[in-house]
Amino acid sequence: MNIIEVKKLHKIYDQDTHPVHAVRGVDLNFKEGEFAAVVGPSGSGKTTFLNMLGGLDDPTEGEIMIDSVNINELSNRKKINFRMNHIGFVFQAYNLIPVLTAKENVEFIMHLQGRSKHDRELRTKELLEAVDLADKLNVRPNKLSGGQQQRVAVARALASKPKFILADEPTANLDSKSAANLLEIMEKLNREEHITFIFSTHDQRVVDKARRVITLDDGMIKSDVQV
Amino acid sequence: MKTYMKLAWRNLWRNKRRTIITVSSIFIAVLLSALMKSMQEGSYDGMVDMAVKFYSGAIQVHKDGYWENQRLNNSLRINDSLIDALESSDHINFYTPRIESFSLASSENLTKGVMVLGIDPERENQVTKVKSKLVEGVYLDQNDEGVLLSAGLAKYLKLNLNDTLVMLGQGYHGVSAAGKFPIRGIIKHPNPEFNKMLVFMSIGQCQMFYSAEGLLTSFVIMVDDYAKIPKIQHSLIKSINTNEYEVMNWEEMQPVLVQQIESDRQTAVIFKGILYLVIAFGILGTIMMMMSERKREFGVVIAVGMQKFKLKTVVFLETILIGFVGTIVGVIGSLPVIWYFYKNPIPLSGKSADAIIEYGFEPVMYFSMAPSVFLNQAITIFVFTAVIAIYPIYYLGRLKVINALRS
Repeated sequence: MNIIEVKKLHKIYDQDTHPVHAVRGVDLNFKEGEFAAVVGPSGSGKTTFLNMLGGLDDPTEGEIMIDSVNINELSNRKKINFRMNHIGFVFQAYNLIPVLTAKENVEFIMHLQGRSKHDRELRTKELLEAVDLADKLNVRPNKLSGGQQQRVAVARALASKPKFILADEPTANLDSKSAANLLEIMEKLNREEHITFIFSTHDQRVVDKARRVITLDDGMIKSDVQV
Repeated sequence: MKTYMKLAWRNLWRNKRRTIITVSSIFIAVLLSALMKSMQEGSYDGMVDMAVKFYSGAIQVHKDGYWENQRLNNSLRINDSLIDALESSDHINFYTPRIESFSLASSENLTKGVMVLGIDPERENQVTKVKSKLVEGVYLDQNDEGVLLSAGLAKYLKLNLNDTLVMLGQGYHGVSAAGKFPIRGIIKHPNPEFNKMLVFMSIGQCQMFYSAEGLLTSFVIMVDDYAKIPKIQHSLIKSINTNEYEVMNWEEMQPVLVQQIESDRQTAVIFKGILYLVIAFGILGTIMMMMSERKREFGVVIAVGMQKFKLKTVVFLETILIGFVGTIVGVIGSLPVIWYFYKNPIPLSGKSADAIIEYGFEPVMYFSMAPSVFLNQAITIFVFTAVIAIYPIYYLGRLKVINALRS
């Protein structure tokens, strides 16, 4: 069953002055439980595509249906709520809230969702255990390594029980060991809990783990291969 | 709300040095303006005390029209219903009858216009504590035939204790008033102007001198709380015949003093306004830097699902907290300083003292510990920070998530 349906997606920057066609008529579907990588050279439109998929940027043309909802038709406020409940984000630069501990960072979204304290604490513990950080509950991001921060970011992304996780270059700032460790955790979550992961990446290690590789070039799909 | 408050508080201290500098600037502003306000209010209290406690009382009852035309011919006769009204009011501590007029006072070749106060010695002392101002001699008895002279007047007329004061004036209905009075005591009145011109005598003696037996010019009333003056005045007006009497509070009797205080307050408002404006720009600078540094972070929290109004609440709280911490530190820091000056008023000397004496006030700089001295600063900082908080709210309102994430 498709959880994401992308139809004739276009994105043109500076349409009136110096138009740059970042995404050109992309048609794609993603099924539940996929572990997919969007690859391509710099400027191929990977990040733009992922941003539109996450409702962070608006397409110039086309539509994105997530769980049968056209996210581009949602108001800003509804779109924020939709993201909170349906999409998990992992960013290249981790982007944890520096003044919150690992536990509080993971709890943050659940707090926004209005979940009970008991529920939040239970899930936070479960998630930080899943990313092997059960002993770092009360540590702030500046006391964690890059790999540890990115694992907290993955736990945070999973906290809201999203339909899928969008990870933009998640291993770009990590050393090989941390990257391998992170990938292993994400792969395990995908395999055992059927969590859908969509990556944009340059990293061959991510591509090697992916079961579907979509190659973008000049804003268009060059290939879409099931591994 | 607890989470947002926690977040705001922690954000405040993520750049400790910057927050400490901002808080210190607020501290200095609060300290300076609290000191200034305390000095002002202390001086005003001193002026009002001088006027109210040592002369006019909080409220006076006269014959209707007396204040416009202060002549003995406009005096009132003691009346049981008036006494009942004064006795039955809850907040009147003391009241005293007075007969007040002017006369010429002489000794040998020296003459001076003086203000004659016919008083009930015991009651007058309850209201104005005049006995405590006695520097020489004895206080008046109830039917004393002698007088008390203010020190400045005694000095001018070169009179001493037990000398005789000669007075000549106009009594009730134009009758000539003349008499010789032994000096029982010398009083140092705190009001420099009054100290040069006051003669106290017992009310019976004074009525006899002015041929105004049974007449008074005023009842001087002292209340337990100045804040209740309007209420007491209102209840007195309701309980006495206002066709016959007028009831005036000290502000109505001394409009020049009220005006002087008001105009001084306005000048101070301008000065403090400038001071606070400088501080406000400092806070605004801090907030602008804070917002700019955290642009990406704002993008992230909105991306993961935080509604903008919740984020606005957090940054609003941060702005208010900076002001709040600065104000609390400022108030705590200024308390001991102001307390010291409150307990040890600064005596003035030289030209500044002369200028103040010329205005009829005591040359001492008093300080006030009234809660308003501190509360006003807290309210001002709150208002300023609340206005400054518009900037981050506006900034977040215009923030595009995608631009913030790219920053």
